[in-house]
Amino acid sequence: MTTRKPIKISVRELRVFQGKEEGLRGVNLAIPANQILGIIGPAGAGKTTFLRALNRLNDLSPDTHVEGETLLDGQDIYHPSFDVVALRKRVGMLFALPVALPMSIFENVVYGPRLSGVRNRKRLDEIVERSLKAAFLWDEVKDRLPMSGLRLSGGQQQRLCLARVLAMEELEVILLDEPCSGLDPISTAKIEEALTILKAKYTIILVTNNTKQAARVADDTAFFLNGEMVEYGPTGKIFTVPDDKRTNDYVTGKFG
Amino acid sequence: MKISPKITQAVAVTLLGAATLLTVAVLVFIIIFVLGKGLPWVDWEFLFSAPKEMGRAGGIFPTLVGTVLLPLMAIAIALPLGVGTAVYLTEYTRETRFTRILRFGTDCLAGIPSILFGLFGFIFFVITLKMGWCLLSGGLTLAIMVLPTIIRTSEEAIRSVPNSYREVSFSLGATRWETVLKVVLPNALPGIVTGVMLGIGRSIGETAAVIFTAGSALRMPMSAFDSVRTMSVHFYILAREGISNEKAYATAAVLVISVLLVNLAAYSMMHRFIARRSR
Repeated sequence: MTTRKPIKISVRELRVFQGKEEGLRGVNLAIPANQILGIIGPAGAGKTTFLRALNRLNDLSPDTHVEGETLLDGQDIYHPSFDVVALRKRVGMLFALPVALPMSIFENVVYGPRLSGVRNRKRLDEIVERSLKAAFLWDEVKDRLPMSGLRLSGGQQQRLCLARVLAMEELEVILLDEPCSGLDPISTAKIEEALTILKAKYTIILVTNNTKQAARVADDTAFFLNGEMVEYGPTGKIFTVPDDKRTNDYVTGKFG
Repeated sequence: MKISPKITQAVAVTLLGAATLLTVAVLVFIIIFVLGKGLPWVDWEFLFSAPKEMGRAGGIFPTLVGTVLLPLMAIAIALPLGVGTAVYLTEYTRETRFTRILRFGTDCLAGIPSILFGLFGFIFFVITLKMGWCLLSGGLTLAIMVLPTIIRTSEEAIRSVPNSYREVSFSLGATRWETVLKVVLPNALPGIVTGVMLGIGRSIGETAAVIFTAGSALRMPMSAFDSVRTMSVHFYILAREGISNEKAYATAAVLVISVLLVNLAAYSMMHRFIARRSR
Protein backbone atom coordinates (compact mmCIF):
# COMPACT_ATOMS: atom_id res chain seq x y z
CA MET A 1 0.00 0.00 0.00
CA THR A 2 2.35 2.69 -1.20
CA THR A 3 1.66 6.13 -2.73
CA ARG A 4 -1.70 6.38 -1.02
CA LYS A 5 -4.05 9.12 -2.10
CA PRO A 6 -5.68 11.22 0.65
CA ILE A 7 -8.38 9.44 2.63
CA LYS A 8 -11.90 10.51 1.59
CA ILE A 9 -14.01 8.36 3.87
CA SER A 10 -12.86 6.80 7.08
CA VAL A 11 -15.00 4.32 9.00
CA ARG A 12 -14.16 3.11 12.50
CA GLU A 13 -16.03 0.35 14.35
CA LEU A 14 -19.16 0.98 12.28
CA ARG A 15 -22.09 -1.03 13.58
CA VAL A 16 -25.57 -0.95 12.11
CA PHE A 17 -28.48 -2.53 13.96
CA GLN A 18 -31.69 -3.34 12.12
CA GLY A 19 -34.18 -4.16 14.85
CA LYS A 20 -32.47 -6.89 16.85
CA GLU A 21 -30.23 -7.95 13.95
CA GLU A 22 -26.73 -6.60 13.73
CA GLY A 23 -26.30 -5.86 10.02
CA LEU A 24 -22.73 -4.58 10.38
CA ARG A 25 -20.51 -5.78 13.22
CA GLY A 26 -17.80 -3.20 13.56
CA VAL A 27 -16.28 -2.37 10.19
CA ASN A 28 -13.00 -0.47 9.90
CA LEU A 29 -12.08 0.97 6.53
CA ALA A 30 -10.18 3.94 5.13
CA ILE A 31 -11.24 4.75 1.58
CA PRO A 32 -8.80 6.81 -0.52
CA ALA A 33 -10.07 9.55 -2.81
CA ASN A 34 -10.23 9.28 -6.61
CA GLN A 35 -10.27 5.57 -6.99
CA ILE A 36 -12.74 2.74 -7.21
CA LEU A 37 -13.28 0.57 -4.18
CA GLY A 38 -14.98 -2.72 -5.02
CA ILE A 39 -16.96 -4.43 -2.28
CA ILE A 40 -17.64 -8.11 -2.82
CA GLY A 41 -19.28 -10.77 -0.70
CA PRO A 42 -22.24 -13.13 -0.67
CA ALA A 43 -25.84 -11.96 -0.20
CA GLY A 44 -26.52 -10.85 3.36
CA ALA A 45 -22.90 -9.88 4.01
CA GLY A 46 -23.84 -6.28 4.83
CA LYS A 47 -22.54 -4.68 1.62
CA THR A 48 -25.72 -2.69 0.93
CA THR A 49 -26.12 -1.79 4.61
CA PHE A 50 -22.58 -0.41 4.53
CA LEU A 51 -23.32 1.75 1.46
CA ARG A 52 -26.55 3.04 2.93
CA ALA A 53 -24.69 4.02 6.10
CA LEU A 54 -22.40 6.28 4.06
CA ASN A 55 -25.19 8.56 2.79
CA ARG A 56 -27.41 7.96 5.84
CA LEU A 57 -30.17 6.39 3.77
CA ASN A 58 -30.46 3.93 6.67
CA ASP A 59 -32.04 6.81 8.59
CA LEU A 60 -35.22 6.23 6.57
CA SER A 61 -35.77 2.69 7.79
CA PRO A 62 -37.49 2.56 11.14
CA ASP A 63 -35.65 0.84 14.01
CA THR A 64 -32.27 1.11 12.37
CA HIS A 65 -29.50 2.67 14.36
CA VAL A 66 -25.84 3.23 13.74
CA GLU A 67 -22.85 3.19 16.07
CA GLY A 68 -19.21 3.98 15.47
CA GLU A 69 -17.54 6.75 13.56
CA THR A 70 -18.00 7.65 9.90
CA LEU A 71 -15.88 10.53 8.66
CA LEU A 72 -16.22 12.28 5.32
CA ASP A 73 -13.22 14.55 4.81
CA GLY A 74 -12.59 14.22 8.54
CA GLN A 75 -16.11 15.28 9.55
CA ASP A 76 -18.47 12.96 11.41
CA ILE A 77 -21.54 12.58 9.19
CA TYR A 78 -23.59 11.25 12.12
CA HIS A 79 -22.90 14.31 14.25
CA PRO A 80 -26.23 16.00 15.13
CA SER A 81 -25.10 19.25 13.52
CA PHE A 82 -24.23 17.57 10.22
CA ASP A 83 -26.71 18.46 7.45
CA VAL A 84 -28.10 15.19 6.00
CA VAL A 85 -29.54 16.86 2.92
CA ALA A 86 -26.16 18.41 2.09
CA LEU A 87 -24.49 15.04 2.75
CA ARG A 88 -26.67 13.26 0.18
CA LYS A 89 -25.82 15.87 -2.43
CA ARG A 90 -22.12 15.17 -1.86
CA VAL A 91 -22.53 11.39 -1.62
CA GLY A 92 -24.74 10.20 -4.49
CA MET A 93 -26.16 6.72 -4.88
CA LEU A 94 -27.06 4.41 -7.74
CA PHE A 95 -29.46 1.61 -6.82
CA ALA A 96 -29.55 -2.01 -7.92
CA LEU A 97 -32.74 -1.56 -9.91
CA PRO A 98 -32.86 1.44 -12.20
CA VAL A 99 -35.55 3.81 -10.93
CA ALA A 100 -36.38 6.45 -13.49
CA LEU A 101 -38.87 8.81 -11.90
CA PRO A 102 -42.12 9.15 -13.87
CA MET A 103 -41.11 12.41 -15.51
CA SER A 104 -39.20 13.43 -18.62
CA ILE A 105 -35.56 12.47 -19.22
CA PHE A 106 -34.65 16.13 -18.80
CA GLU A 107 -36.51 16.49 -15.50
CA ASN A 108 -34.96 13.26 -14.19
CA VAL A 109 -31.47 14.62 -14.76
CA VAL A 110 -32.11 18.06 -13.27
CA TYR A 111 -33.94 16.71 -10.20
CA GLY A 112 -30.94 17.32 -7.95
CA PRO A 113 -29.85 20.69 -9.40
CA ARG A 114 -33.42 22.02 -9.20
CA LEU A 115 -33.49 21.09 -5.49
CA SER A 116 -30.26 23.03 -5.08
CA GLY A 117 -31.98 26.04 -6.58
CA VAL A 118 -30.66 26.09 -10.15
CA ARG A 119 -33.34 27.90 -12.20
CA ASN A 120 -31.46 29.25 -15.19
CA ARG A 121 -32.62 27.31 -18.27
CA LYS A 122 -29.29 27.58 -20.08
CA ARG A 123 -27.42 26.28 -17.08
CA LEU A 124 -29.87 23.38 -16.71
CA ASP A 125 -29.38 22.54 -20.40
CA GLU A 126 -25.62 22.48 -19.87
CA ILE A 127 -25.97 20.23 -16.82
CA VAL A 128 -28.17 17.79 -18.75
CA GLU A 129 -25.76 17.58 -21.67
CA ARG A 130 -22.67 17.21 -19.48
CA SER A 131 -24.25 14.55 -17.24
CA LEU A 132 -25.77 12.47 -20.02
CA LYS A 133 -22.46 12.55 -21.91
CA ALA A 134 -20.57 11.41 -18.83
CA ALA A 135 -23.03 8.54 -18.43
CA PHE A 136 -22.68 7.55 -22.11
CA LEU A 137 -26.35 8.15 -22.79
CA TRP A 138 -26.34 11.51 -24.58
CA ASP A 139 -26.17 10.16 -28.14
CA GLU A 140 -29.13 7.86 -27.57
CA VAL A 141 -31.49 10.41 -26.03
CA LYS A 142 -30.36 13.89 -27.12
CA ASP A 143 -33.30 14.24 -29.55
CA ARG A 144 -35.97 13.10 -27.10
CA LEU A 145 -35.21 14.78 -23.79
CA PRO A 146 -38.91 15.64 -23.18
CA MET A 147 -39.83 11.95 -23.42
CA SER A 148 -40.68 10.10 -20.21
CA GLY A 149 -37.71 8.37 -18.59
CA LEU A 150 -39.91 5.32 -18.07
CA ARG A 151 -39.87 4.59 -21.80
CA LEU A 152 -36.14 3.90 -21.89
CA SER A 153 -34.80 0.36 -21.74
CA GLY A 154 -33.45 -0.98 -18.43
CA GLY A 155 -29.83 -0.35 -19.40
CA GLN A 156 -30.64 3.15 -20.59
CA GLN A 157 -32.61 3.85 -17.42
CA GLN A 158 -29.64 2.86 -15.27
CA ARG A 159 -27.40 5.23 -17.23
CA LEU A 160 -30.08 7.91 -16.81
CA CYS A 161 -29.90 7.28 -13.06
CA LEU A 162 -26.11 7.64 -13.24
CA ALA A 163 -26.51 10.92 -15.13
CA ARG A 164 -28.99 12.06 -12.49
CA VAL A 165 -26.37 11.46 -9.79
CA LEU A 166 -23.62 13.13 -11.82
CA ALA A 167 -25.84 16.19 -12.37
CA MET A 168 -25.44 17.16 -8.73
CA GLU A 169 -22.80 19.85 -8.69
CA GLU A 170 -21.89 19.19 -5.05
CA LEU A 171 -21.12 15.51 -5.83
CA GLU A 172 -17.86 14.06 -4.43
CA VAL A 173 -18.57 10.38 -3.79
CA ILE A 174 -20.60 7.90 -5.86
CA LEU A 175 -22.04 4.82 -4.17
CA LEU A 176 -23.15 2.03 -6.51
CA ASP A 177 -25.24 -0.84 -5.20
CA GLU A 178 -24.92 -3.70 -7.69
CA PRO A 179 -25.68 -1.25 -10.51
CA CYS A 180 -25.39 -3.84 -13.27
CA SER A 181 -27.22 -6.78 -11.74
CA GLY A 182 -30.13 -6.50 -14.17
CA LEU A 183 -28.29 -5.18 -17.20
CA ASP A 184 -27.12 -6.66 -20.49
CA PRO A 185 -23.35 -6.96 -21.16
CA ILE A 186 -23.22 -3.89 -23.43
CA SER A 187 -24.92 -1.60 -20.91
CA THR A 188 -22.69 -3.07 -18.21
CA ALA A 189 -19.59 -2.29 -20.26
CA LYS A 190 -20.77 1.30 -20.77
CA ILE A 191 -21.31 1.82 -17.05
CA GLU A 192 -17.91 0.31 -16.24
CA GLU A 193 -16.20 2.51 -18.82
CA ALA A 194 -17.94 5.57 -17.40
CA LEU A 195 -16.76 4.64 -13.89
CA THR A 196 -13.09 4.30 -14.86
CA ILE A 197 -13.24 7.81 -16.36
CA LEU A 198 -15.24 9.29 -13.47
CA LYS A 199 -12.78 8.22 -10.79
CA ALA A 200 -10.49 11.06 -11.84
CA LYS A 201 -13.09 13.40 -10.37
CA TYR A 202 -14.96 11.36 -7.79
CA THR A 203 -14.42 8.70 -5.15
CA ILE A 204 -16.33 5.59 -6.17
CA ILE A 205 -17.55 2.70 -4.05
CA LEU A 206 -18.92 -0.20 -6.06
CA VAL A 207 -20.82 -3.02 -4.39
CA THR A 208 -21.09 -5.95 -6.73
CA ASN A 209 -22.25 -9.54 -6.75
CA ASN A 210 -20.13 -10.11 -9.78
CA THR A 211 -16.55 -10.72 -8.63
CA LYS A 212 -15.31 -10.41 -12.22
CA GLN A 213 -16.67 -6.87 -12.32
CA ALA A 214 -14.68 -5.96 -9.22
CA ALA A 215 -11.60 -7.54 -10.77
CA ARG A 216 -12.11 -5.50 -13.95
CA VAL A 217 -12.68 -2.01 -12.55
CA ALA A 218 -11.78 -1.78 -8.86
CA ASP A 219 -8.43 -0.40 -7.69
CA ASP A 220 -8.93 -1.79 -4.19
CA THR A 221 -11.31 -4.52 -3.13
CA ALA A 222 -12.90 -5.31 0.23
CA PHE A 223 -14.45 -8.68 1.04
CA PHE A 224 -17.48 -8.66 3.35
CA LEU A 225 -18.92 -11.70 5.10
CA ASN A 226 -21.67 -11.91 7.75
CA GLY A 227 -21.56 -8.21 8.58
CA GLU A 228 -17.79 -8.08 8.91
CA MET A 229 -15.07 -6.91 6.62
CA VAL A 230 -12.80 -9.90 6.22
CA GLU A 231 -10.09 -8.46 4.05
CA TYR A 232 -9.19 -5.28 2.22
CA GLY A 233 -6.37 -4.63 -0.21
CA PRO A 234 -5.34 -3.91 -3.79
CA THR A 235 -7.63 -5.77 -6.18
CA GLY A 236 -4.79 -7.76 -7.73
CA LYS A 237 -3.78 -9.14 -4.36
CA ILE A 238 -7.32 -9.97 -3.20
CA PHE A 239 -7.95 -12.01 -6.33
CA THR A 240 -4.60 -13.82 -6.48
CA VAL A 241 -2.96 -14.11 -3.05
CA PRO A 242 -5.48 -13.10 -0.37
CA ASP A 243 -4.39 -13.41 3.24
CA ASP A 244 -7.61 -14.92 4.50
CA LYS A 245 -8.76 -18.39 3.53
CA ARG A 246 -12.41 -17.30 3.39
CA THR A 247 -11.53 -14.60 0.83
CA ASN A 248 -9.70 -17.17 -1.22
CA ASP A 249 -12.64 -19.57 -1.09
CA TYR A 250 -15.03 -16.83 -2.19
CA VAL A 251 -13.02 -15.39 -5.10
CA THR A 252 -12.24 -18.88 -6.40
CA GLY A 253 -15.94 -19.72 -6.28
CA LYS A 254 -15.93 -22.34 -3.52
CA PHE A 255 -18.99 -20.62 -1.98
CA GLY A 256 -21.03 -17.57 -2.82
CA MET B 1 -68.57 -37.38 -8.80
CA LYS B 2 -65.88 -35.22 -10.28
CA ILE B 3 -66.89 -32.29 -12.46
CA SER B 4 -64.57 -31.62 -15.34
CA PRO B 5 -62.58 -28.36 -15.20
CA LYS B 6 -64.18 -27.34 -18.48
CA ILE B 7 -67.65 -27.41 -16.95
CA THR B 8 -66.62 -25.55 -13.75
CA GLN B 9 -64.94 -22.96 -15.95
CA ALA B 10 -68.10 -22.56 -18.06
CA VAL B 11 -70.29 -22.31 -14.94
CA ALA B 12 -67.96 -19.71 -13.39
CA VAL B 13 -67.90 -17.57 -16.53
CA THR B 14 -71.71 -17.74 -16.82
CA LEU B 15 -72.35 -16.87 -13.15
CA LEU B 16 -69.81 -14.05 -12.98
CA GLY B 17 -71.02 -12.70 -16.31
CA ALA B 18 -74.62 -12.79 -15.12
CA ALA B 19 -73.72 -10.92 -11.92
CA THR B 20 -71.96 -8.22 -13.93
CA LEU B 21 -74.80 -8.00 -16.40
CA LEU B 22 -77.39 -7.70 -13.63
CA THR B 23 -75.46 -4.88 -11.95
CA VAL B 24 -75.06 -2.94 -15.17
CA ALA B 25 -78.67 -3.62 -16.16
CA VAL B 26 -80.05 -2.15 -12.92
CA LEU B 27 -77.88 0.93 -13.35
CA VAL B 28 -78.87 1.40 -16.98
CA PHE B 29 -82.52 0.87 -16.11
CA ILE B 30 -82.46 3.58 -13.44
CA ILE B 31 -80.72 6.06 -15.74
CA ILE B 32 -83.08 5.34 -18.65
CA PHE B 33 -86.10 5.54 -16.33
CA VAL B 34 -85.07 8.90 -14.88
CA LEU B 35 -83.99 10.37 -18.21
CA GLY B 36 -87.11 9.04 -19.97
CA LYS B 37 -89.44 10.59 -17.41
CA GLY B 38 -87.48 13.80 -16.95
CA LEU B 39 -85.75 14.77 -20.19
CA PRO B 40 -88.94 15.72 -22.11
CA TRP B 41 -89.46 18.58 -19.63
CA VAL B 42 -85.88 19.85 -19.79
CA ASP B 43 -85.09 22.82 -22.04
CA TRP B 44 -82.99 26.01 -21.81
CA GLU B 45 -85.91 27.80 -20.25
CA PHE B 46 -86.07 25.14 -17.49
CA LEU B 47 -82.31 25.24 -16.85
CA PHE B 48 -81.81 28.99 -16.78
CA SER B 49 -84.94 30.54 -15.32
CA ALA B 50 -86.07 31.02 -11.75
CA PRO B 51 -88.70 28.71 -10.26
CA LYS B 52 -92.26 30.00 -9.79
CA GLU B 53 -94.97 28.89 -7.35
CA MET B 54 -92.58 26.85 -5.14
CA GLY B 55 -91.24 25.06 -8.19
CA ARG B 56 -94.57 24.09 -9.70
CA ALA B 57 -93.67 26.20 -12.71
CA GLY B 58 -90.57 27.89 -14.08
CA GLY B 59 -87.04 26.54 -13.96
CA ILE B 60 -84.33 25.42 -11.56
CA PHE B 61 -81.51 27.90 -12.09
CA PRO B 62 -80.88 28.79 -8.41
CA THR B 63 -80.75 25.09 -7.48
CA LEU B 64 -78.32 24.47 -10.34
CA VAL B 65 -76.07 27.18 -8.91
CA GLY B 66 -76.51 25.72 -5.42
CA THR B 67 -75.56 22.26 -6.67
CA VAL B 68 -72.33 23.67 -8.10
CA LEU B 69 -71.43 25.92 -5.15
CA LEU B 70 -72.15 23.64 -2.20
CA PRO B 71 -70.00 20.63 -3.22
CA LEU B 72 -67.29 23.01 -4.44
CA MET B 73 -67.18 24.65 -1.05
CA ALA B 74 -67.18 21.28 0.71
CA ILE B 75 -64.27 20.01 -1.43
CA ALA B 76 -62.35 23.28 -1.10
CA ILE B 77 -62.42 22.78 2.67
CA ALA B 78 -62.04 18.99 2.79
CA LEU B 79 -59.32 18.55 0.13
CA PRO B 80 -56.43 20.38 1.84
CA LEU B 81 -57.42 19.00 5.25
CA GLY B 82 -57.87 15.45 3.97
CA VAL B 83 -54.75 15.27 1.82
CA GLY B 84 -52.77 16.98 4.57
CA THR B 85 -53.93 14.39 7.09
CA ALA B 86 -53.17 11.55 4.69
CA VAL B 87 -49.66 12.89 4.02
CA TYR B 88 -49.06 13.27 7.75
CA LEU B 89 -50.26 9.75 8.51
CA THR B 90 -48.22 8.12 5.76
CA GLU B 91 -45.06 10.21 5.43
CA TYR B 92 -44.48 11.95 8.72
CA THR B 93 -45.39 9.43 11.40
CA ARG B 94 -44.55 5.86 12.02
CA GLU B 95 -47.30 3.31 12.52
CA THR B 96 -48.18 3.63 16.20
CA ARG B 97 -51.17 3.00 18.41
CA PHE B 98 -52.11 6.64 17.88
CA THR B 99 -52.21 6.41 14.07
CA ARG B 100 -54.16 3.16 14.27
CA ILE B 101 -56.76 4.79 16.55
CA LEU B 102 -56.90 7.77 14.19
CA ARG B 103 -57.46 5.49 11.21
CA PHE B 104 -60.10 3.49 13.07
CA GLY B 105 -61.87 6.72 13.97
CA THR B 106 -61.76 7.84 10.34
CA ASP B 107 -63.30 4.57 9.21
CA CYS B 108 -66.06 4.88 11.81
CA LEU B 109 -66.74 8.45 10.70
CA ALA B 110 -67.15 7.24 7.12
CA GLY B 111 -69.93 4.89 8.19
CA ILE B 112 -72.04 7.40 10.13
CA PRO B 113 -75.43 8.19 8.54
CA SER B 114 -75.47 11.61 6.92
CA ILE B 115 -78.45 12.77 8.99
CA LEU B 116 -76.17 12.76 12.05
CA PHE B 117 -73.72 15.07 10.28
CA GLY B 118 -76.72 17.23 9.40
CA LEU B 119 -77.84 17.32 13.01
CA PHE B 120 -74.33 18.17 14.19
CA GLY B 121 -74.00 20.90 11.55
CA PHE B 122 -77.38 22.29 12.56
CA ILE B 123 -76.57 22.40 16.26
CA PHE B 124 -72.97 23.57 15.91
CA PHE B 125 -72.76 25.83 12.84
CA VAL B 126 -76.36 26.98 12.44
CA ILE B 127 -77.34 27.45 16.10
CA THR B 128 -74.23 27.68 18.30
CA LEU B 129 -72.07 29.70 15.91
CA LYS B 130 -75.20 31.60 14.81
CA MET B 131 -74.32 31.17 11.15
CA GLY B 132 -77.87 30.28 10.22
CA TRP B 133 -78.92 28.14 7.28
CA CYS B 134 -76.39 29.04 4.66
CA LEU B 135 -73.92 27.92 2.01
CA LEU B 136 -71.04 28.07 4.50
CA SER B 137 -72.81 25.97 7.18
CA GLY B 138 -73.72 23.41 4.53
CA GLY B 139 -70.24 23.44 2.99
CA LEU B 140 -68.56 22.91 6.37
CA THR B 141 -70.95 20.09 7.27
CA LEU B 142 -70.50 18.32 3.94
CA ALA B 143 -66.73 18.82 4.25
CA ILE B 144 -66.75 16.95 7.57
CA MET B 145 -68.92 14.28 5.97
CA VAL B 146 -66.63 13.62 2.98
CA LEU B 147 -63.38 14.08 4.91
CA PRO B 148 -63.02 10.40 5.91
CA THR B 149 -63.44 9.27 2.30
CA ILE B 150 -60.82 11.73 1.07
CA ILE B 151 -58.39 10.83 3.85
CA ARG B 152 -58.67 7.09 3.27
CA THR B 153 -58.48 7.14 -0.53
CA SER B 154 -55.58 9.62 -0.42
CA GLU B 155 -53.81 7.48 2.14
CA GLU B 156 -54.15 4.37 -0.02
CA ALA B 157 -52.99 6.33 -3.08
CA ILE B 158 -49.94 7.67 -1.23
CA ARG B 159 -49.08 4.22 0.09
CA SER B 160 -49.18 2.79 -3.43
CA VAL B 161 -46.41 5.15 -4.61
CA PRO B 162 -43.33 2.88 -4.85
CA ASN B 163 -40.90 3.37 -1.98
CA SER B 164 -38.02 3.34 -4.45
CA TYR B 165 -39.22 6.75 -5.74
CA ARG B 166 -38.87 8.17 -2.25
CA GLU B 167 -35.41 6.63 -1.79
CA VAL B 168 -34.23 8.10 -5.10
CA SER B 169 -35.58 11.50 -4.14
CA PHE B 170 -33.92 11.43 -0.71
CA SER B 171 -30.67 10.14 -2.18
CA LEU B 172 -30.62 13.17 -4.50
CA GLY B 173 -30.73 15.50 -1.52
CA ALA B 174 -34.45 16.18 -1.27
CA THR B 175 -36.05 16.92 2.07
CA ARG B 176 -39.16 15.02 3.09
CA TRP B 177 -41.38 17.93 2.09
CA GLU B 178 -39.70 18.24 -1.33
CA THR B 179 -40.14 14.51 -1.81
CA VAL B 180 -43.83 14.76 -0.94
CA LEU B 181 -44.35 17.65 -3.37
CA LYS B 182 -42.26 16.42 -6.30
CA VAL B 183 -42.65 12.65 -6.17
CA VAL B 184 -45.33 11.42 -3.76
CA LEU B 185 -48.30 13.67 -4.51
CA PRO B 186 -47.99 13.72 -8.33
CA ASN B 187 -47.91 9.93 -8.38
CA ALA B 188 -50.76 9.63 -5.89
CA LEU B 189 -52.91 12.08 -7.84
CA PRO B 190 -55.14 9.54 -9.65
CA GLY B 191 -56.14 8.00 -6.32
CA ILE B 192 -56.69 11.40 -4.72
CA VAL B 193 -58.89 12.45 -7.66
CA THR B 194 -60.95 9.29 -7.18
CA GLY B 195 -61.48 10.24 -3.53
CA VAL B 196 -62.49 13.77 -4.52
CA MET B 197 -64.93 12.39 -7.10
CA LEU B 198 -66.51 10.17 -4.48
CA GLY B 199 -66.74 13.18 -2.18
CA ILE B 200 -68.33 15.37 -4.85
CA GLY B 201 -70.76 12.59 -5.72
CA ARG B 202 -71.77 12.22 -2.09
CA SER B 203 -72.19 15.99 -1.66
CA ILE B 204 -74.27 16.37 -4.81
CA GLY B 205 -76.55 13.53 -3.82
CA GLU B 206 -76.94 14.52 -0.18
CA THR B 207 -80.31 15.80 1.02
CA ALA B 208 -80.74 15.26 4.76
CA ALA B 209 -77.53 16.97 5.87
CA VAL B 210 -78.09 19.80 3.39
CA ILE B 211 -81.65 20.65 4.44
CA PHE B 212 -80.51 20.87 8.07
CA THR B 213 -77.56 23.16 7.39
CA ALA B 214 -77.88 25.00 4.07
CA GLY B 215 -81.65 25.25 4.25
CA SER B 216 -83.85 25.11 1.19
CA ALA B 217 -84.37 28.67 0.05
CA LEU B 218 -85.32 29.01 -3.60
CA ARG B 219 -83.69 32.41 -4.00
CA MET B 220 -80.44 32.91 -5.84
CA PRO B 221 -77.57 32.78 -3.27
CA MET B 222 -75.62 36.05 -3.26
CA SER B 223 -73.03 35.24 -0.58
CA ALA B 224 -71.70 32.39 1.54
CA PHE B 225 -74.21 33.42 4.21
CA ASP B 226 -77.26 32.91 2.01
CA SER B 227 -79.34 29.79 2.18
CA VAL B 228 -79.21 27.58 -0.92
CA ARG B 229 -81.20 24.68 -2.29
CA THR B 230 -79.42 21.98 -4.28
CA MET B 231 -81.06 19.96 -7.04
CA SER B 232 -81.23 16.89 -4.79
CA VAL B 233 -83.10 18.86 -2.13
CA HIS B 234 -85.29 20.45 -4.80
CA PHE B 235 -86.16 17.03 -6.17
CA TYR B 236 -86.90 15.73 -2.69
CA ILE B 237 -89.20 18.65 -1.85
CA LEU B 238 -91.01 18.58 -5.20
CA ALA B 239 -91.67 14.85 -4.91
CA ARG B 240 -92.34 14.76 -1.16
CA GLU B 241 -94.78 17.65 -1.10
CA GLY B 242 -96.37 16.49 -4.34
CA ILE B 243 -95.73 19.86 -5.94
CA SER B 244 -94.94 18.65 -9.44
CA ASN B 245 -93.95 15.21 -10.63
CA GLU B 246 -92.81 16.47 -14.04
CA LYS B 247 -90.54 19.13 -12.55
CA ALA B 248 -89.20 16.58 -10.04
CA TYR B 249 -88.19 14.13 -12.74
CA ALA B 250 -86.80 16.91 -14.93
CA THR B 251 -84.62 18.00 -11.99
CA ALA B 252 -83.52 14.41 -11.45
CA ALA B 253 -82.57 14.09 -15.12
CA VAL B 254 -80.43 17.24 -14.95
CA LEU B 255 -78.86 15.91 -11.75
CA VAL B 256 -77.93 12.58 -13.32
CA ILE B 257 -76.45 14.26 -16.37
CA SER B 258 -74.40 16.73 -14.30
CA VAL B 259 -72.92 13.95 -12.16
CA LEU B 260 -72.00 12.12 -15.35
CA LEU B 261 -70.38 15.25 -16.80
CA VAL B 262 -68.40 15.97 -13.63
CA ASN B 263 -67.05 12.42 -13.62
CA LEU B 264 -66.14 12.50 -17.31
CA ALA B 265 -64.37 15.84 -16.94
CA ALA B 266 -62.38 14.69 -13.91
CA TYR B 267 -61.27 11.43 -15.47
CA SER B 268 -60.27 13.01 -18.77
CA MET B 269 -58.26 15.62 -16.86
CA MET B 270 -56.57 12.88 -14.89
CA HIS B 271 -55.75 10.82 -17.97
CA ARG B 272 -54.26 13.83 -19.68
CA PHE B 273 -52.10 14.40 -16.61
CA ILE B 274 -50.89 10.79 -16.54
CA ALA B 275 -50.26 10.73 -20.27
CA ARG B 276 -48.18 13.90 -20.02
CA ARG B 277 -45.93 12.25 -17.43
CA SER B 278 -45.32 9.02 -19.30
CA ARG B 279 -45.17 10.17 -22.92
